[in-house]
Amino acid sequence: MRNVIAVAGKELRAYFHSPIAYLVMTVYAALLGFFFYSFTATYVVQSFRIQAMGGGMGAPPMSLNEYIIRPLLAGVLTVVILLLVPLITMRLYAEEKRSGTIELLLTSPLTDLEVILGKFLGAMALYAVLVAMTFLYVGYLFLHGNPNAKPLLAQVLGLLLYGAALLALGMWFSTFTKNQIVAGVVAFAVFLLLFVMDWVTAYGSGRASDVISYLSLTKHFDNFAKGVIDLSDVVFYVSVVVLGIFLTARSVDALKGRA
Amino acid sequence: MIEVAGLTKRFGPTLAVSDVSFEVQKGEVLGFLGPNGAGKTTTMRVITGYLSPSEGRVRVAGYDVVEEPLEAKRRTGYLPEAPPVYPDMTVVEYLAFVARIKGVPRREIQTRIEEVSEKCAVTDVTDRQIGKLSKGYRQRVGLAQALIHNPEVLILDEPTAGLDPKQIIETRELIRGLAGQHTIVLSTHILPEVSKTCERVLVINQGKIVASGTPQELTHRLQGYETVLLTAEGPAAEMMERLQRVSGVNLVEPRDAADSRVTFEVHAEKGHDVRAELARAIVESRWKLLELKTSGLSLEDIFLQLTTKDLGEGPDTSDKSSVVGIV
Repeated sequence: MRNVIAVAGKELRAYFHSPIAYLVMTVYAALLGFFFYSFTATYVVQSFRIQAMGGGMGAPPMSLNEYIIRPLLAGVLTVVILLLVPLITMRLYAEEKRSGTIELLLTSPLTDLEVILGKFLGAMALYAVLVAMTFLYVGYLFLHGNPNAKPLLAQVLGLLLYGAALLALGMWFSTFTKNQIVAGVVAFAVFLLLFVMDWVTAYGSGRASDVISYLSLTKHFDNFAKGVIDLSDVVFYVSVVVLGIFLTARSVDALKGRA
Repeated sequence: MIEVAGLTKRFGPTLAVSDVSFEVQKGEVLGFLGPNGAGKTTTMRVITGYLSPSEGRVRVAGYDVVEEPLEAKRRTGYLPEAPPVYPDMTVVEYLAFVARIKGVPRREIQTRIEEVSEKCAVTDVTDRQIGKLSKGYRQRVGLAQALIHNPEVLILDEPTAGLDPKQIIETRELIRGLAGQHTIVLSTHILPEVSKTCERVLVINQGKIVASGTPQELTHRLQGYETVLLTAEGPAAEMMERLQRVSGVNLVEPRDAADSRVTFEVHAEKGHDVRAELARAIVESRWKLLELKTSGLSLEDIFLQLTTKDLGEGPDTSDKSSVVGIV
Protein backbone atom coordinates (compact mmCIF):
# COMPACT_ATOMS: atom_id res chain seq x y z
CA MET A 1 0.00 0.00 0.00
CA ARG A 2 2.88 2.29 0.85
CA ASN A 3 4.25 1.66 -2.63
CA VAL A 4 0.90 2.37 -4.28
CA ILE A 5 0.68 5.69 -2.46
CA ALA A 6 4.26 6.56 -3.39
CA VAL A 7 3.53 5.98 -7.08
CA ALA A 8 0.16 7.74 -6.88
CA GLY A 9 1.79 10.75 -5.22
CA LYS A 10 4.46 10.86 -7.90
CA GLU A 11 1.81 10.79 -10.65
CA LEU A 12 -0.27 13.50 -9.04
CA ARG A 13 2.79 15.69 -8.58
CA ALA A 14 3.75 15.11 -12.21
CA TYR A 15 0.35 16.42 -13.31
CA PHE A 16 0.73 19.58 -11.26
CA HIS A 17 4.38 20.09 -12.22
CA SER A 18 3.44 20.06 -15.88
CA PRO A 19 0.84 22.10 -17.76
CA ILE A 20 -1.50 19.10 -18.03
CA ALA A 21 -3.36 19.56 -14.74
CA TYR A 22 -3.86 23.27 -15.35
CA LEU A 23 -4.86 22.76 -18.97
CA VAL A 24 -7.41 20.11 -18.08
CA MET A 25 -8.79 22.18 -15.20
CA THR A 26 -9.05 25.30 -17.34
CA VAL A 27 -10.85 23.53 -20.18
CA TYR A 28 -13.17 21.89 -17.70
CA ALA A 29 -13.94 25.12 -15.88
CA ALA A 30 -14.45 27.08 -19.09
CA LEU A 31 -16.78 24.59 -20.75
CA LEU A 32 -18.68 23.97 -17.55
CA GLY A 33 -18.94 27.71 -16.92
CA PHE A 34 -20.32 28.36 -20.39
CA PHE A 35 -23.01 25.71 -20.15
CA PHE A 36 -23.81 26.60 -16.55
CA TYR A 37 -24.40 30.20 -17.56
CA SER A 38 -26.43 29.20 -20.57
CA PHE A 39 -28.64 26.74 -18.66
CA THR A 40 -29.13 29.15 -15.76
CA ALA A 41 -30.01 32.03 -18.06
CA THR A 42 -32.55 29.88 -19.89
CA TYR A 43 -33.96 28.75 -16.58
CA VAL A 44 -34.37 32.31 -15.33
CA VAL A 45 -36.03 33.49 -18.54
CA GLN A 46 -38.36 30.50 -18.58
CA SER A 47 -39.48 30.89 -14.98
CA PHE A 48 -40.13 34.63 -15.48
CA ARG A 49 -42.20 33.81 -18.53
CA ILE A 50 -44.28 31.24 -16.67
CA GLN A 51 -44.89 33.73 -13.86
CA ALA A 52 -45.78 36.51 -16.28
CA MET A 53 -48.36 34.30 -17.94
CA GLY A 54 -49.75 33.62 -14.54
CA GLY A 55 -49.55 29.93 -15.24
CA GLY A 56 -47.42 29.33 -12.20
CA MET A 57 -50.23 29.98 -9.74
CA GLY A 58 -50.12 27.24 -7.15
CA ALA A 59 -47.83 25.05 -9.30
CA PRO A 60 -44.38 24.22 -7.88
CA PRO A 61 -41.45 26.24 -9.27
CA MET A 62 -39.34 24.70 -12.03
CA SER A 63 -36.89 22.20 -10.64
CA LEU A 64 -33.26 23.35 -10.56
CA ASN A 65 -32.24 19.70 -10.66
CA GLU A 66 -34.15 18.96 -13.83
CA TYR A 67 -33.34 22.14 -15.73
CA ILE A 68 -29.76 22.88 -14.73
CA ILE A 69 -27.95 20.20 -12.75
CA ARG A 70 -29.00 17.17 -14.73
CA PRO A 71 -28.26 18.52 -18.22
CA LEU A 72 -24.99 19.88 -16.89
CA LEU A 73 -23.74 16.70 -15.25
CA ALA A 74 -25.37 14.02 -17.34
CA GLY A 75 -25.31 15.83 -20.66
CA VAL A 76 -22.38 18.19 -20.89
CA LEU A 77 -19.91 16.59 -18.50
CA THR A 78 -20.10 13.08 -19.94
CA VAL A 79 -18.88 14.56 -23.23
CA VAL A 80 -16.30 16.92 -21.71
CA ILE A 81 -14.83 14.03 -19.75
CA LEU A 82 -14.61 12.00 -22.93
CA LEU A 83 -12.32 14.71 -24.19
CA LEU A 84 -10.26 15.26 -21.05
CA VAL A 85 -9.61 11.72 -19.85
CA PRO A 86 -7.29 10.94 -22.79
CA LEU A 87 -5.26 14.02 -21.81
CA ILE A 88 -4.92 12.60 -18.31
CA THR A 89 -4.12 9.02 -19.25
CA MET A 90 -1.97 9.43 -22.35
CA ARG A 91 1.21 10.08 -20.41
CA LEU A 92 0.81 7.37 -17.76
CA TYR A 93 2.96 4.74 -19.45
CA ALA A 94 3.95 6.41 -22.72
CA GLU A 95 6.00 9.06 -20.94
CA GLU A 96 7.81 6.50 -18.79
CA LYS A 97 8.60 4.44 -21.85
CA ARG A 98 9.94 7.39 -23.78
CA SER A 99 12.12 8.76 -20.99
CA GLY A 100 13.37 5.36 -19.85
CA THR A 101 12.04 5.76 -16.33
CA ILE A 102 9.99 2.64 -16.94
CA GLU A 103 13.26 0.81 -16.27
CA LEU A 104 13.39 2.36 -12.81
CA LEU A 105 9.83 1.32 -12.00
CA LEU A 106 10.18 -2.22 -13.33
CA THR A 107 13.52 -2.87 -11.62
CA SER A 108 12.36 -1.55 -8.24
CA PRO A 109 10.97 -3.93 -5.65
CA LEU A 110 7.39 -3.15 -6.64
CA THR A 111 4.84 -5.51 -8.10
CA ASP A 112 3.41 -4.50 -11.46
CA LEU A 113 0.01 -4.22 -9.82
CA GLU A 114 1.33 -1.72 -7.28
CA VAL A 115 2.64 0.47 -10.09
CA ILE A 116 -0.60 0.17 -12.06
CA LEU A 117 -2.81 0.93 -9.07
CA GLY A 118 -0.57 3.84 -8.10
CA LYS A 119 -0.83 5.32 -11.56
CA PHE A 120 -4.56 4.73 -11.69
CA LEU A 121 -5.11 6.37 -8.31
CA GLY A 122 -2.91 9.33 -9.25
CA ALA A 123 -4.97 9.89 -12.39
CA MET A 124 -8.16 9.31 -10.45
CA ALA A 125 -7.13 11.96 -7.92
CA LEU A 126 -6.74 14.57 -10.65
CA TYR A 127 -10.07 13.50 -12.09
CA ALA A 128 -11.70 13.81 -8.67
CA VAL A 129 -10.38 17.37 -8.48
CA LEU A 130 -12.18 18.08 -11.76
CA VAL A 131 -15.43 16.59 -10.55
CA ALA A 132 -15.10 18.53 -7.31
CA MET A 133 -14.83 21.71 -9.35
CA THR A 134 -18.41 21.07 -10.45
CA PHE A 135 -19.50 22.12 -6.98
CA LEU A 136 -18.15 25.61 -7.59
CA TYR A 137 -21.02 26.05 -10.03
CA VAL A 138 -23.63 23.84 -8.49
CA GLY A 139 -22.87 25.32 -5.07
CA TYR A 140 -24.06 28.63 -6.47
CA LEU A 141 -27.48 27.08 -7.01
CA PHE A 142 -27.53 25.91 -3.41
CA LEU A 143 -26.67 29.41 -2.23
CA HIS A 144 -29.48 31.07 -4.17
CA GLY A 145 -32.04 28.33 -4.49
CA ASN A 146 -32.87 25.02 -3.00
CA PRO A 147 -32.14 22.15 -5.36
CA ASN A 148 -32.44 18.60 -4.16
CA ALA A 149 -29.06 17.18 -3.03
CA LYS A 150 -29.92 13.50 -3.36
CA PRO A 151 -30.05 13.17 -7.15
CA LEU A 152 -26.91 15.29 -7.29
CA LEU A 153 -25.05 12.76 -5.15
CA ALA A 154 -26.11 9.93 -7.47
CA GLN A 155 -24.98 11.96 -10.47
CA VAL A 156 -21.59 12.72 -8.93
CA LEU A 157 -21.09 9.07 -8.01
CA GLY A 158 -22.02 8.20 -11.58
CA LEU A 159 -19.49 10.68 -12.95
CA LEU A 160 -16.76 9.26 -10.75
CA LEU A 161 -17.49 5.69 -11.85
CA TYR A 162 -17.86 6.64 -15.50
CA GLY A 163 -14.55 8.53 -15.37
CA ALA A 164 -12.81 5.68 -13.53
CA ALA A 165 -13.83 3.27 -16.28
CA LEU A 166 -12.46 5.60 -18.96
CA LEU A 167 -9.25 6.22 -16.99
CA ALA A 168 -8.58 2.50 -16.64
CA LEU A 169 -9.04 1.94 -20.37
CA GLY A 170 -6.99 5.04 -21.23
CA MET A 171 -4.14 3.76 -19.04
CA TRP A 172 -4.18 0.52 -20.99
CA PHE A 173 -3.88 2.38 -24.32
CA SER A 174 -0.94 4.28 -22.87
CA THR A 175 1.06 1.07 -22.47
CA PHE A 176 1.05 0.45 -26.22
CA THR A 177 3.37 3.21 -27.31
CA LYS A 178 6.14 5.63 -26.41
CA ASN A 179 4.18 8.37 -28.10
CA GLN A 180 1.75 10.23 -25.86
CA ILE A 181 -0.15 11.68 -28.82
CA VAL A 182 -0.82 8.22 -30.21
CA ALA A 183 -1.98 6.99 -26.81
CA GLY A 184 -4.27 9.99 -26.46
CA VAL A 185 -5.78 9.76 -29.93
CA VAL A 186 -6.44 6.03 -29.64
CA ALA A 187 -8.10 6.58 -26.26
CA PHE A 188 -10.27 9.39 -27.60
CA ALA A 189 -11.34 7.42 -30.68
CA VAL A 190 -12.29 4.38 -28.60
CA PHE A 191 -14.13 6.48 -26.03
CA LEU A 192 -16.07 8.22 -28.73
CA LEU A 193 -17.04 4.89 -30.21
CA LEU A 194 -18.14 3.60 -26.81
CA PHE A 195 -20.11 6.80 -26.32
CA VAL A 196 -22.09 6.55 -29.54
CA MET A 197 -22.31 2.78 -29.55
CA ASP A 198 -25.87 2.56 -28.30
CA TRP A 199 -27.12 4.89 -31.02
CA VAL A 200 -27.28 1.95 -33.41
CA THR A 201 -29.48 0.06 -30.99
CA ALA A 202 -32.20 2.66 -31.45
CA TYR A 203 -33.02 1.06 -34.78
CA GLY A 204 -32.17 -2.54 -34.03
CA SER A 205 -33.65 -5.21 -31.91
CA GLY A 206 -32.68 -8.67 -30.81
CA ARG A 207 -29.72 -10.09 -29.03
CA ALA A 208 -26.88 -8.21 -30.73
CA SER A 209 -28.60 -4.95 -30.07
CA ASP A 210 -29.05 -5.86 -26.40
CA VAL A 211 -25.38 -6.74 -26.02
CA ILE A 212 -24.22 -3.53 -27.68
CA SER A 213 -26.58 -1.54 -25.57
CA TYR A 214 -25.33 -3.26 -22.41
CA LEU A 215 -21.71 -2.54 -23.30
CA SER A 216 -22.34 1.12 -23.93
CA LEU A 217 -20.69 3.27 -21.30
CA THR A 218 -23.38 5.92 -21.56
CA LYS A 219 -26.36 3.58 -21.24
CA HIS A 220 -25.31 2.75 -17.70
CA PHE A 221 -25.20 6.42 -16.86
CA ASP A 222 -28.93 6.89 -17.50
CA ASN A 223 -30.00 5.74 -14.05
CA PHE A 224 -27.39 7.88 -12.32
CA ALA A 225 -28.60 10.83 -14.38
CA LYS A 226 -32.09 10.28 -13.05
CA GLY A 227 -30.69 10.24 -9.53
CA VAL A 228 -31.01 6.48 -9.11
CA ILE A 229 -28.12 4.34 -7.93
CA ASP A 230 -28.62 0.88 -9.41
CA LEU A 231 -26.17 -1.76 -8.22
CA SER A 232 -25.95 -3.30 -11.69
CA ASP A 233 -24.64 -0.02 -13.10
CA VAL A 234 -22.09 0.27 -10.31
CA VAL A 235 -21.00 -3.31 -11.00
CA PHE A 236 -20.70 -2.55 -14.70
CA TYR A 237 -18.36 0.41 -14.21
CA VAL A 238 -16.31 -1.34 -11.56
CA SER A 239 -15.96 -4.31 -13.93
CA VAL A 240 -14.65 -2.04 -16.67
CA VAL A 241 -12.11 -0.59 -14.21
CA VAL A 242 -10.98 -4.09 -13.24
CA LEU A 243 -10.78 -5.09 -16.90
CA GLY A 244 -8.70 -2.01 -17.72
CA ILE A 245 -6.30 -2.74 -14.88
CA PHE A 246 -6.06 -6.39 -15.90
CA LEU A 247 -5.32 -5.51 -19.54
CA THR A 248 -2.72 -2.96 -18.41
CA ALA A 249 -1.06 -5.64 -16.29
CA ARG A 250 -0.95 -8.02 -19.26
CA SER A 251 0.49 -5.33 -21.46
CA VAL A 252 3.19 -4.39 -18.92
CA ASP A 253 4.07 -8.03 -18.48
CA ALA A 254 4.48 -8.36 -22.24
CA LEU A 255 7.06 -5.55 -22.12
CA LYS A 256 9.34 -7.82 -20.11
CA GLY A 257 9.26 -10.69 -22.54
CA ARG A 258 8.93 -8.64 -25.67
CA ALA A 259 8.84 -11.86 -27.63
CA MET B 1 26.73 -12.83 -5.51
CA ILE B 2 25.49 -12.98 -9.09
CA GLU B 3 25.06 -16.31 -10.84
CA VAL B 4 24.07 -16.45 -14.47
CA ALA B 5 23.57 -19.94 -15.88
CA GLY B 6 22.77 -20.71 -19.49
CA LEU B 7 21.07 -17.39 -20.06
CA THR B 8 19.41 -17.07 -23.45
CA LYS B 9 17.22 -14.19 -24.54
CA ARG B 10 15.31 -14.04 -27.78
CA PHE B 11 13.35 -11.13 -29.17
CA GLY B 12 11.09 -12.88 -31.64
CA PRO B 13 13.41 -14.58 -34.09
CA THR B 14 16.45 -12.54 -33.03
CA LEU B 15 18.84 -14.12 -30.60
CA ALA B 16 20.13 -11.33 -28.38
CA VAL B 17 21.98 -13.41 -25.80
CA SER B 18 22.93 -17.01 -26.34
CA ASP B 19 23.74 -19.43 -23.52
CA VAL B 20 25.74 -17.03 -21.37
CA SER B 21 27.04 -18.26 -18.02
CA PHE B 22 29.21 -16.50 -15.48
CA GLU B 23 29.50 -15.72 -11.80
CA VAL B 24 30.49 -12.60 -9.97
CA GLN B 25 31.97 -12.87 -6.50
CA LYS B 26 31.08 -10.58 -3.63
CA GLY B 27 32.92 -7.27 -3.86
CA GLU B 28 34.20 -7.91 -7.36
CA VAL B 29 34.07 -5.37 -10.20
CA LEU B 30 33.24 -7.11 -13.45
CA GLY B 31 33.41 -5.36 -16.80
CA PHE B 32 31.28 -6.27 -19.77
CA LEU B 33 33.08 -5.41 -22.93
CA GLY B 34 31.65 -5.63 -26.39
CA PRO B 35 30.60 -3.66 -29.41
CA ASN B 36 27.18 -2.02 -29.56
CA GLY B 37 24.44 -4.58 -29.95
CA ALA B 38 26.53 -7.41 -28.52
CA GLY B 39 23.99 -8.24 -25.83
CA LYS B 40 25.49 -6.38 -22.87
CA THR B 41 22.42 -4.32 -22.11
CA THR B 42 20.09 -7.27 -22.58
CA THR B 43 22.12 -9.37 -20.14
CA MET B 44 22.07 -6.57 -17.59
CA ARG B 45 18.35 -6.04 -18.04
CA VAL B 46 17.71 -9.70 -17.28
CA ILE B 47 19.86 -9.50 -14.14
CA THR B 48 17.90 -6.48 -12.95
CA GLY B 49 14.56 -8.13 -13.70
CA TYR B 50 13.56 -5.65 -16.38
CA LEU B 51 13.44 -8.42 -18.99
CA SER B 52 12.60 -12.03 -18.34
CA PRO B 53 15.01 -14.67 -19.64
CA SER B 54 13.91 -16.94 -22.48
CA GLU B 55 16.03 -19.75 -21.03
CA GLY B 56 18.47 -20.17 -18.19
CA ARG B 57 18.60 -18.96 -14.61
CA VAL B 58 19.84 -15.81 -12.97
CA ARG B 59 20.34 -15.48 -9.24
CA VAL B 60 21.20 -12.30 -7.38
CA ALA B 61 22.38 -12.68 -3.79
CA GLY B 62 20.89 -16.18 -3.86
CA TYR B 63 17.45 -15.09 -5.12
CA ASP B 64 16.18 -16.19 -8.50
CA VAL B 65 15.19 -13.08 -10.45
CA VAL B 66 12.16 -14.81 -11.94
CA GLU B 67 10.88 -16.67 -8.90
CA GLU B 68 11.62 -14.12 -6.19
CA PRO B 69 11.91 -10.87 -8.14
CA LEU B 70 11.16 -8.56 -5.22
CA GLU B 71 13.91 -10.01 -3.03
CA ALA B 72 16.41 -9.85 -5.89
CA LYS B 73 15.39 -6.30 -6.82
CA ARG B 74 15.69 -5.12 -3.21
CA ARG B 75 19.38 -6.04 -3.41
CA THR B 76 20.09 -4.57 -6.82
CA GLY B 77 20.85 -1.01 -7.82
CA TYR B 78 20.61 -0.29 -11.52
CA LEU B 79 21.77 2.61 -13.63
CA PRO B 80 20.47 2.14 -17.19
CA GLU B 81 22.29 3.70 -20.10
CA ALA B 82 20.02 6.75 -19.97
CA PRO B 83 19.63 7.81 -16.31
CA PRO B 84 15.99 7.08 -15.42
CA VAL B 85 15.18 10.52 -14.05
CA TYR B 86 11.99 12.57 -14.05
CA PRO B 87 12.99 15.94 -15.49
CA ASP B 88 10.34 17.94 -13.64
CA MET B 89 11.38 16.73 -10.20
CA THR B 90 14.13 18.29 -8.11
CA VAL B 91 17.02 16.05 -7.13
CA VAL B 92 15.76 15.72 -3.57
CA GLU B 93 12.19 14.93 -4.63
CA TYR B 94 13.47 12.34 -7.05
CA LEU B 95 15.78 10.62 -4.59
CA ALA B 96 13.00 10.64 -1.97
CA PHE B 97 10.64 8.98 -4.44
CA VAL B 98 13.19 6.35 -5.43
CA ALA B 99 14.00 5.69 -1.77
CA ARG B 100 10.34 5.06 -1.07
CA ILE B 101 9.78 2.64 -3.92
CA LYS B 102 13.04 0.87 -3.12
CA GLY B 103 11.74 0.24 0.37
CA VAL B 104 14.04 2.45 2.43
CA PRO B 105 12.40 2.88 5.86
CA ARG B 106 10.76 6.28 6.17
CA ARG B 107 12.92 7.61 8.99
CA GLU B 108 16.13 6.68 7.15
CA ILE B 109 15.20 8.35 3.87
CA GLN B 110 16.57 11.76 4.82
CA THR B 111 19.96 10.44 5.93
CA ARG B 112 20.24 8.12 2.91
CA ILE B 113 19.58 11.05 0.56
CA GLU B 114 22.31 13.05 2.28
CA GLU B 115 24.75 10.15 2.13
CA VAL B 116 24.32 9.34 -1.55
CA SER B 117 24.21 13.03 -2.54
CA GLU B 118 27.56 13.48 -0.92
CA LYS B 119 29.00 10.28 -2.37
CA CYS B 120 27.90 11.21 -5.88
CA ALA B 121 28.77 14.89 -5.51
CA VAL B 122 25.32 16.29 -6.18
CA THR B 123 24.88 18.17 -2.89
CA ASP B 124 25.16 21.56 -4.59
CA VAL B 125 22.23 20.88 -6.94
CA THR B 126 19.80 19.06 -4.65
CA ASP B 127 17.09 21.69 -5.04
CA ARG B 128 17.42 22.11 -8.79
CA GLN B 129 15.12 20.51 -11.32
CA ILE B 130 16.77 17.48 -12.88
CA GLY B 131 15.72 18.52 -16.37
CA LYS B 132 17.84 21.64 -16.03
CA LEU B 133 21.01 19.84 -14.95
CA SER B 134 23.95 19.07 -17.21
CA LYS B 135 24.42 15.55 -18.50
CA GLY B 136 27.22 14.89 -16.05
CA TYR B 137 25.08 15.84 -13.09
CA ARG B 138 22.17 13.82 -14.41
CA GLN B 139 24.42 10.80 -14.67
CA ARG B 140 25.51 11.29 -11.07
CA VAL B 141 21.91 11.65 -9.95
CA GLY B 142 21.29 8.38 -11.76
CA LEU B 143 24.12 6.79 -9.84
CA ALA B 144 22.83 8.24 -6.56
CA GLN B 145 19.47 6.67 -7.38
CA ALA B 146 21.10 3.27 -7.87
CA LEU B 147 22.83 3.57 -4.48
CA ILE B 148 19.97 4.94 -2.42
CA HIS B 149 18.93 1.63 -0.86
CA ASN B 150 22.54 0.59 -0.32
CA PRO B 151 22.23 -2.46 -2.60
CA GLU B 152 24.66 -5.36 -2.49
CA VAL B 153 24.77 -5.50 -6.27
CA LEU B 154 25.24 -2.56 -8.63
CA ILE B 155 24.52 -2.87 -12.33
CA LEU B 156 25.84 0.06 -14.35
CA ASP B 157 25.12 0.21 -18.07
CA GLU B 158 27.74 2.37 -19.78
CA PRO B 159 28.16 4.65 -16.77
CA THR B 160 30.51 7.02 -18.58
CA ALA B 161 28.77 7.22 -21.95
CA GLY B 162 28.34 10.76 -23.19
CA LEU B 163 30.38 12.42 -20.45
CA ASP B 164 33.27 14.77 -21.01
CA PRO B 165 36.81 13.59 -20.12
CA LYS B 166 36.83 15.25 -16.72
CA GLN B 167 33.48 13.75 -15.81
CA ILE B 168 34.63 10.35 -17.05
CA ILE B 169 37.60 10.43 -14.70
CA GLU B 170 35.39 11.52 -11.79
CA THR B 171 32.87 8.79 -12.50
CA ARG B 172 35.61 6.16 -12.71
CA GLU B 173 36.99 7.27 -9.38
CA LEU B 174 33.52 7.11 -7.90
CA ILE B 175 33.04 3.56 -9.16
CA ARG B 176 36.43 2.49 -7.88
CA GLY B 177 35.48 3.95 -4.52
CA LEU B 178 32.34 1.83 -4.49
CA ALA B 179 34.20 -1.40 -5.21
CA GLY B 180 34.54 -3.62 -2.19
CA GLN B 181 31.33 -2.40 -0.55
CA HIS B 182 29.26 -3.42 -3.55
CA THR B 183 29.47 -6.10 -6.18
CA ILE B 184 29.60 -4.21 -9.44
CA VAL B 185 28.87 -5.17 -13.02
CA LEU B 186 29.48 -2.44 -15.54
CA SER B 187 29.34 -2.45 -19.29
CA THR B 188 31.24 -0.41 -21.78
CA HIS B 189 32.35 -0.41 -25.34
CA ILE B 190 35.26 1.82 -24.46
CA LEU B 191 38.37 -0.17 -23.71
CA PRO B 192 40.47 1.94 -21.34
CA GLU B 193 37.41 1.99 -19.15
CA VAL B 194 37.76 -1.68 -18.45
CA SER B 195 41.45 -1.73 -17.61
CA LYS B 196 40.98 1.28 -15.34
CA THR B 197 37.97 0.18 -13.34
CA CYS B 198 37.50 -3.57 -13.58
CA GLU B 199 39.17 -6.50 -11.92
CA ARG B 200 37.74 -8.97 -14.38
CA VAL B 201 36.51 -8.61 -17.93
CA LEU B 202 33.98 -10.54 -19.97
CA VAL B 203 34.22 -9.89 -23.66
CA ILE B 204 30.85 -10.43 -25.24
CA ASN B 205 30.07 -10.45 -28.93
CA GLN B 206 26.96 -11.40 -30.84
CA GLY B 207 25.32 -12.59 -27.64
CA LYS B 208 28.14 -14.93 -26.64
CA ILE B 209 31.01 -14.62 -24.19
CA VAL B 210 34.17 -14.84 -26.26
CA ALA B 211 36.78 -14.34 -23.55
CA SER B 212 37.16 -13.63 -19.87
CA GLY B 213 39.93 -12.82 -17.42
CA THR B 214 41.69 -9.92 -15.80
CA PRO B 215 42.72 -7.19 -18.23
CA GLN B 216 46.33 -8.35 -17.85
CA GLU B 217 45.48 -12.01 -18.34
CA LEU B 218 43.58 -11.23 -21.49
CA THR B 219 46.53 -9.35 -22.88
CA HIS B 220 48.91 -12.17 -22.06
CA ARG B 221 46.77 -15.03 -23.26
CA LEU B 222 46.07 -13.38 -26.51
CA GLN B 223 49.69 -12.75 -27.34
CA GLY B 224 50.45 -16.04 -28.99
CA TYR B 225 53.41 -14.34 -30.63
CA GLU B 226 55.74 -11.46 -29.99
CA THR B 227 55.72 -8.46 -32.20
CA VAL B 228 58.70 -6.24 -32.90
CA LEU B 229 58.64 -2.96 -34.75
CA LEU B 230 61.78 -2.22 -36.73
CA THR B 231 62.63 0.90 -38.70
CA ALA B 232 65.62 0.93 -41.00
CA GLU B 233 66.96 2.74 -44.01
CA GLY B 234 67.81 0.66 -47.09
CA PRO B 235 66.26 -1.21 -50.01
CA ALA B 236 62.87 -2.34 -48.79
CA ALA B 237 62.54 -5.64 -50.63
CA GLU B 238 66.02 -6.85 -49.76
CA MET B 239 65.68 -5.86 -46.12
CA MET B 240 62.40 -7.66 -45.85
CA GLU B 241 63.82 -10.79 -47.38
CA ARG B 242 66.85 -10.69 -45.04
CA LEU B 243 64.66 -10.22 -41.94
CA GLN B 244 62.50 -13.14 -42.96
CA ARG B 245 65.55 -15.43 -42.78
CA VAL B 246 66.27 -14.63 -39.11
CA SER B 247 65.55 -17.74 -37.07
CA GLY B 248 62.36 -17.58 -35.02
CA VAL B 249 60.70 -15.05 -37.29
CA ASN B 250 57.31 -16.05 -38.58
CA LEU B 251 56.20 -13.12 -40.62
CA VAL B 252 57.48 -9.73 -41.73
CA GLU B 253 55.08 -7.06 -42.84
CA PRO B 254 55.98 -3.58 -44.04
CA ARG B 255 54.07 -0.94 -42.08
CA ASP B 256 55.07 2.50 -43.38
CA ALA B 257 57.57 3.63 -45.90
CA ALA B 258 58.86 7.19 -46.22
CA ASP B 259 61.72 7.89 -48.66
CA SER B 260 64.03 4.99 -48.10
CA ARG B 261 62.96 4.48 -44.49
CA VAL B 262 60.80 1.48 -43.93
CA THR B 263 59.08 0.27 -40.78
CA PHE B 264 58.49 -3.47 -40.54
CA GLU B 265 56.26 -5.35 -38.19
CA VAL B 266 58.02 -8.58 -37.35
CA HIS B 267 56.08 -11.42 -35.75
CA ALA B 268 58.20 -13.98 -33.93
CA GLU B 269 57.41 -17.22 -32.18
CA LYS B 270 56.37 -16.89 -28.59
CA GLY B 271 59.26 -16.86 -26.14
CA HIS B 272 61.83 -15.86 -28.78
CA ASP B 273 63.42 -12.50 -28.30
CA VAL B 274 64.59 -11.88 -31.83
CA ARG B 275 65.61 -8.26 -31.37
CA ALA B 276 69.38 -8.90 -31.17
CA GLU B 277 69.28 -11.12 -34.23
CA LEU B 278 67.26 -8.61 -36.20
CA ALA B 279 69.67 -5.81 -35.32
CA ARG B 280 72.67 -7.89 -36.38
CA ALA B 281 71.01 -8.83 -39.67
CA ILE B 282 70.44 -5.20 -40.58
CA VAL B 283 73.79 -3.89 -39.44
CA GLU B 284 75.80 -6.68 -41.05
CA SER B 285 74.13 -5.93 -44.36
CA ARG B 286 75.32 -2.29 -43.94
CA TRP B 287 71.83 -0.84 -43.82
CA LYS B 288 70.99 1.80 -41.24
CA LEU B 289 69.07 0.64 -38.21
CA LEU B 290 67.00 3.52 -36.88
CA GLU B 291 64.58 2.06 -34.37
CA LEU B 292 63.80 -1.26 -32.78
CA LYS B 293 61.11 -1.93 -30.18
CA THR B 294 58.71 -4.59 -28.99
CA SER B 295 55.04 -3.91 -29.35
CA GLY B 296 52.60 -5.36 -26.86
CA LEU B 297 49.06 -5.95 -27.98
CA SER B 298 46.82 -3.29 -26.60
CA LEU B 299 43.43 -4.17 -25.23
CA GLU B 300 42.10 -2.50 -28.34
CA ASP B 301 43.82 -5.04 -30.59
CA ILE B 302 42.50 -7.89 -28.50
CA PHE B 303 39.03 -6.49 -28.62
CA LEU B 304 39.17 -6.16 -32.37
CA GLN B 305 40.59 -9.63 -32.73
CA LEU B 306 37.91 -11.18 -30.62
CA THR B 307 34.95 -9.28 -31.92
CA THR B 308 35.78 -9.38 -35.60
CA LYS B 309 36.74 -13.03 -35.64
CA ASP B 310 33.51 -14.20 -37.18
CA LEU B 311 33.93 -11.78 -40.01
CA GLY B 312 37.40 -13.09 -40.70
CA GLU B 313 38.84 -9.60 -40.61
CA GLY B 314 40.98 -9.82 -37.51
CA PRO B 315 44.53 -8.48 -37.75
CA ASP B 316 45.69 -12.06 -37.43
CA THR B 317 43.41 -15.04 -37.58
CA SER B 318 45.94 -17.81 -37.11
CA ASP B 319 46.50 -17.55 -33.38
CA LYS B 320 43.08 -16.92 -32.08
CA SER B 321 41.82 -20.44 -31.86
CA SER B 322 44.12 -20.89 -28.88
CA VAL B 323 42.65 -18.01 -26.96
CA VAL B 324 38.97 -18.18 -27.69
CA GLY B 325 37.08 -20.51 -25.44
CA ILE B 326 38.97 -19.53 -22.34
CA VAL B 327 35.72 -19.28 -20.46
